[in-house]
Amino acid sequence: MTDGVIPFWVDLLGSLLLISGSLLTLIGSLGLLRLPNLFARMHGITLGNTLGLGCVLLTSILIASIHAERFVFQEVLITLFMISTSPVTTILLMRSGIYRRRMDADRKTAGHQDSSNPG
Amino acid sequence: MKRWPSLTLFTVILFALWLLLNDSLAPGQLLLGLMLTVAITASTAAIRPLRAHPHHLLTALGLFFVVLIDIIRSNIAVAGIILGPAKRRFNSAFMKIPLDLRDPYGLAALACIITATPGTVWAGLSPDGGTLTIHVLDLQDEEAWVRIIKQRYERRLMEIFE
Repeated sequence: MTDGVIPFWVDLLGSLLLISGSLLTLIGSLGLLRLPNLFARMHGITLGNTLGLGCVLLTSILIASIHAERFVFQEVLITLFMISTSPVTTILLMRSGIYRRRMDADRKTAGHQDSSNPG
Repeated sequence: MKRWPSLTLFTVILFALWLLLNDSLAPGQLLLGLMLTVAITASTAAIRPLRAHPHHLLTALGLFFVVLIDIIRSNIAVAGIILGPAKRRFNSAFMKIPLDLRDPYGLAALACIITATPGTVWAGLSPDGGTLTIHVLDLQDEEAWVRIIKQRYERRLMEIFE
């Protein structure tokens, strides 16, 4: 059985990619704590969505290809679905944030008689 | 005959998607995939109200690599901002960019590119389609951002879709 044996350099490269991918995702999530408001925090999450995920998928392609002794690239599909779906939710979140801020501003200018009314 | 490039491209992508999902090149899968993609393309043609006319596929390939490099670069930049001093973290703001691109598919692609790149998020398009609002994490030079969006992305997208 030759398959299942993963050479040292692949192991090393894969581990490096995995670590950098998870570090990027961690830093992005740390942005939730360190950035001041909703709009700024949305940028941090994108890190895990793009390069963080990309590093993990590259590792997956590398290890799976060596393991199966042929080129495996189905991970491209994950990238494709990610690219076509995640911006949509991000933009929706952005729009709802803008509308909420506008509503808050309207309520503030409307005076105090409305401020007791929740929602 | 202008509608063919879009339809055939759509069919080819669907076919490749089917084969990748099944992870096989068996004759049965090829036949089934071919039948399904042709049927889906024919039946959904009526519900896609606007046809895209993508051309210059080489430009599209170039754009792909430009976006890839930008995503990697801005990943590092945003990571630096998050870990960096407080002064740079409180520098986010909205800004407006005048747009010349009008094709809806081009605009959709631009929205995906801007949002997928860390540091910028698409925040809305004015009703007349002439002004784009984006939110930038580290806004220091508005001119530079206008130049990046227009030169790197919009020019290529207009070439591809218009």
